[in-house]
Amino acid sequence: MADDVLFEFLHMEMVSHIYKEQASRGEMDKDRATCVSALEGMGFRVGQGLIERFTKDSPSFKDDLDIMKFICKDFWINVFRKQIDNLRTNHQGTYVLQDNKFSLLTQLSSGKQYLEEAPKYLAYSCGLVRGALSNLGMDCVVTAEVSPMPS
Amino acid sequence: MAVCIAVIAKENYPLYIRSVPTQNELKFHYTVHTSLDVVEEKISAVGKAMADQRELYLGLLYPTEDYKVYGYVTNSKVKFVIVVDSSNTSLRDNEIRSMFRKLHNSFTDVMCNPFYNPGDTIQSKAFDGMVSAMMVQAS
Repeated sequence: MADDVLFEFLHMEMVSHIYKEQASRGEMDKDRATCVSALEGMGFRVGQGLIERFTKDSPSFKDDLDIMKFICKDFWINVFRKQIDNLRTNHQGTYVLQDNKFSLLTQLSSGKQYLEEAPKYLAYSCGLVRGALSNLGMDCVVTAEVSPMPS
Repeated sequence: MAVCIAVIAKENYPLYIRSVPTQNELKFHYTVHTSLDVVEEKISAVGKAMADQRELYLGLLYPTEDYKVYGYVTNSKVKFVIVVDSSNTSLRDNEIRSMFRKLHNSFTDVMCNPFYNPGDTIQSKAFDGMVSAMMVQAS
């Protein structure tokens, strides 16, 4: 079914729309930051709503690790249709989630040329995770990193 | 017999509060406020894996009437409080649970509404309708 692709197209269009709007307003340099924050803000609000829906029936979480596991499994499956491949923590508040085949980025060709453009496409997802976590009670900073795939 | 229904945000301010008899509204507001303390106590007592549906039973004997206050907390720390007038039946646990379930479902719908900013008072007509149905049917 075409359902999965619909969101990917919408997302791509969202990103290009926001950037086009900024460009047409004439100010170029510093506004990469506002574009990214606009996308992140959108993701934030959606994340909050999504969490409300997903946690409706599940019991409350015992601690932060439990919350992170929920994000890695149920949340990620519902949003990106797969689980997180790797979760690491330093037990002091930092968690690294690794997804080897991120669905919103698979369409970009692998190789170094588009590495710089990748953050635009990740802003929304960062916001999504931040919104989800904030609604669950964790204030946090979410950053994303893209690394080229080993061939 | 739900006499008053309230939705309280994470930071403990009311997002929505409605009571049936329009007189004595202040009394219900006060009751809901005091029940928050007990809810907090129950939340902090969670150390084991239990369902987040909590029951708060207050056998408060007010001068003229007998009522019970039930509480429920969502995973996003939003609290629902229902005050029931227990003049007729008292053991209706399942009914109370189903009322909370309906409240939670409607609240989720309100949350997902893009025009609603989390933290504002709830002004959705659908939510109002659902709450009125719960109060009318019960009294």
